[in-house]
Amino acid sequence: MTDVKKYTFKDFASDQEVRWCPGCDDYVILRAVQKALPEIGRKKEDIVFISGIGCSSRFPYYMNTFGIHGIHGRAAAIATGTKLANPDLSVWVITGDGDALAIGGNHTIHAIRRNINMNVILFNNEIYGLTKGQFSPTSLLGQRTKTSPFGNTQPPFNPGELAIGSNGRFFARISGNKPKELAAMFIQAEQFKGLSFIEVLQNCVIFNDGAHDLVNSKETRPDNQVYVEHGKKMIFGHDNNKGLRLNGLKLEVVTIGENGITEEDILVHDAHNPDPTLHFMLTRMTNPIVTGVIRAVEEMPYDERFVGQMEERIQASKGITFDDLVESGETYVLD
Amino acid sequence: MSNHFSHKSSSELDSVVIRFTGDSGDGMQLTGTQFADTSALMGNDIATFPNYPSEIRAPQGSLFGVSGFQVQVSNQDIATPGDELDMLVAMNPAALKTNLQDLAPGKMLLVDTDAFTGKNLKKAGYTTNPLEDGSLDAYRVIAAPITSKTKAALLDLGMDNKSMDRSKNMFTLGMIYWIYGRSMDHTIEFFKKKFKKRPIVIEANTRALKAGNVYAENLELIATTYQVRPAKLKKGKYRIIMGNQATAWGFIAAAKKAKKELFLGSYPITPASDILHELVKHPEFRVKSFQAEDEIAGVASTIGASFAGDLAITTTSGPGLALKGEAIGLAMMTEMPMVIVDVQRGGPSTGLPTKTEQSDLLQALYGRNGESPVIVVAANSPSHCFDMAFEASRLALEHMTPVILMTDGYIANGSEPWLIKKLADLPDIKPHIAKNPEGWTPYTRDKDTLAREWAYPGMTGFEHRIGGLEKHIETGNVNMQPLNHEEMVKLRAEKVRRVANDIPDLKVEGAQEGDLLVVGWGGTYGALHMAVQSAFGHGKKVGLAHFNYINPLPANTAEVLGKFKKIVVCELNEGQMHRVLLMEHPGHNYFKYNKVQGLPFTIQELMDRFDQVMASEKIVTA
Repeated sequence: MTDVKKYTFKDFASDQEVRWCPGCDDYVILRAVQKALPEIGRKKEDIVFISGIGCSSRFPYYMNTFGIHGIHGRAAAIATGTKLANPDLSVWVITGDGDALAIGGNHTIHAIRRNINMNVILFNNEIYGLTKGQFSPTSLLGQRTKTSPFGNTQPPFNPGELAIGSNGRFFARISGNKPKELAAMFIQAEQFKGLSFIEVLQNCVIFNDGAHDLVNSKETRPDNQVYVEHGKKMIFGHDNNKGLRLNGLKLEVVTIGENGITEEDILVHDAHNPDPTLHFMLTRMTNPIVTGVIRAVEEMPYDERFVGQMEERIQASKGITFDDLVESGETYVLD
Repeated sequence: MSNHFSHKSSSELDSVVIRFTGDSGDGMQLTGTQFADTSALMGNDIATFPNYPSEIRAPQGSLFGVSGFQVQVSNQDIATPGDELDMLVAMNPAALKTNLQDLAPGKMLLVDTDAFTGKNLKKAGYTTNPLEDGSLDAYRVIAAPITSKTKAALLDLGMDNKSMDRSKNMFTLGMIYWIYGRSMDHTIEFFKKKFKKRPIVIEANTRALKAGNVYAENLELIATTYQVRPAKLKKGKYRIIMGNQATAWGFIAAAKKAKKELFLGSYPITPASDILHELVKHPEFRVKSFQAEDEIAGVASTIGASFAGDLAITTTSGPGLALKGEAIGLAMMTEMPMVIVDVQRGGPSTGLPTKTEQSDLLQALYGRNGESPVIVVAANSPSHCFDMAFEASRLALEHMTPVILMTDGYIANGSEPWLIKKLADLPDIKPHIAKNPEGWTPYTRDKDTLAREWAYPGMTGFEHRIGGLEKHIETGNVNMQPLNHEEMVKLRAEKVRRVANDIPDLKVEGAQEGDLLVVGWGGTYGALHMAVQSAFGHGKKVGLAHFNYINPLPANTAEVLGKFKKIVVCELNEGQMHRVLLMEHPGHNYFKYNKVQGLPFTIQELMDRFDQVMASEKIVTA
């Protein structure tokens, strides 16, 4: 890592013209990734971006790294093969709510379960963009879309619950229009050993504009979002006087200075707690919406177990060759 | 009954075909395998064919729970487990009921009389006991109380009834070893290794085997013993190999010769799982086996591993191939080297999972959206799976394209002697790896083969993106121009077409020209070879052209087809290769012979068909 040349974000931009709709958060996320990569200490040729299908999945074409634009839903599975084939690579999966949670749901939960060391960035705009406006597995009940003209009747997934329910070790949620926070988050995700799952609340200006306004707009954000950090109190609000407190088995919002509440009463965020109960509760909150790294519990990643077992077997087999294999067991000579 | 002989004698046979049948829990596969292995060690050529139900442990005594294992041992070079049984072993009435139709009158039938109880007879649908009602008079029945004799031999070992029962297959094997003059040594050694930690099981099985052997010797009913002399096989070191094991080893060898690591992304499916089972055992060769969450993840991870620079393969059967179709299209589009193994089984849908068929050919050739040609090759026999796995890898790596390797349940589970190949006996494989990043694009191609240069992560200066969207013919950037797309479609097809320059010519066995060309492909080779050899031996102008390369077809295909008056395409499907030939080489006098019963061809039915076609006046032109 020490001999890695100092890159700037321009080194990670390919020569291809970026073709998302004007005003799309995808531009912000792309730039944040390109800004994060010079900080992770990896050579350009050791970085791979793999996507499925959807607006976000054009992403690899814009990165001057190795990349695969895959097929719908399969990015995590393709990336698993890449990482197992060469565990030294820095592997990034770019996916959307349709790609990762509908057609690719199975690959998503199993990649998370295995805890393979890669980063999954979920662009959650709660709508199908590329196919022009059908509801997705994260669209809200009642939402009117091209395929739910009278209101969506399918209840949505909460990506955080799904990730943690799949035994996710790292789950973060973040606003799609905060370039600095995004870049910092991507660096953190890369540094985490294991599968990092980042839900980006990304705005689709065409088909679902304003879906994440509560956290994405400057006006409403302070009172509707708590940005949690490990070891810090979960305090938020325009006046920085609101906080989260545990009341029995429920999280509740309290105001410091009211009803005898002091800062002491506010919960300190423990992202490293192996018990996911509180993390689940945080992902489920809707007012305020919880962003930041909600869960980060390190455990040996699958690729390390995989390689470790292989190295053990290589040691134990004491230089066995292919010729030894074909002559092992029962053989006989005819002459 | 016609089974009474007063003198014991020993006669010599060219070959012996035995089918062992019983409950799926009776250990018939093991018994048959032991008979085959022992015979191979005595220098016979062998061929085996397991035939088992898809239920793991079907209800005891039921018709659908019958499991079979057929073995042919011979002093000749043989290619099939045999058409006609010399002996049927039936461990219960259900086994007798489901297999007796394959035993010709006069042949030997060995039954366990203890299993012919009222209950078992009823389960098998017998209203009277066939051992008593005279219906078996035409056969040479050896009726032995195998279960009770086994128990008697093991009585003082202090085992429970059920455990003692488990050794009855070895009692049976002991009898058969005596009848065919086989040594018991190999099997006793096998017990010692297999049950190293359970001495009582070694003792029980050894005793049962010996007791059966002595019982047969003393039985006045068995009047003749038979000897099969060693076969004249090529000199050298052999082992018995099963098709799926040979496939797995072929890939390990290919990775070594290509100086690549082997990656397998796979999802369990009958009858392909044994390839996965074999490869997971070998991380010491840096084989990376990944059991994925589903068929699609199996092939998708294979694409990812290929992108990362491994020799990447995925293994499946027909239903899995269907699920993998879209991803194989991506691999074709991105021109990634990889091998997809389809161990065919009876279809459609879930079909007959444990039976054999060749009905995935058209799926392999055409089962993808868009113009999506890939190389399709097929293996002939259990040991030939090794060669074709190696060859499929070579073609994938040297031509930068996915390759589908077709085997089938019959050769995948069948076994035969394999003249062991070492690494030094195999050619080097030369992957098409990029060297100079100056001016390089993902579509920098070899002028002759059109294979694009392979560059993977970790290679400095080769950062690039590939994907399923159409790309510019030179730069590799996304491009939707009408003429560029057409050119790319033609280029991808031409690349696969040119593989014909890099594969062996089609060889003809038997008559080199004349009346009838028999055409086959893949796992039917053994039966076709024997049938054509026999017809040709009888002076008929019959030749065999057996295809291992189906896309592209060998360069001399037209020339071979043109040398015969009639062509009969024989397949275990409704005529898929027949259709391919009609399309690619029209104008010949094609006939077809098809069988879709989940069973391999018999030599006799093929020979009958050859005669029929030769006598036919029908002229078919396409």
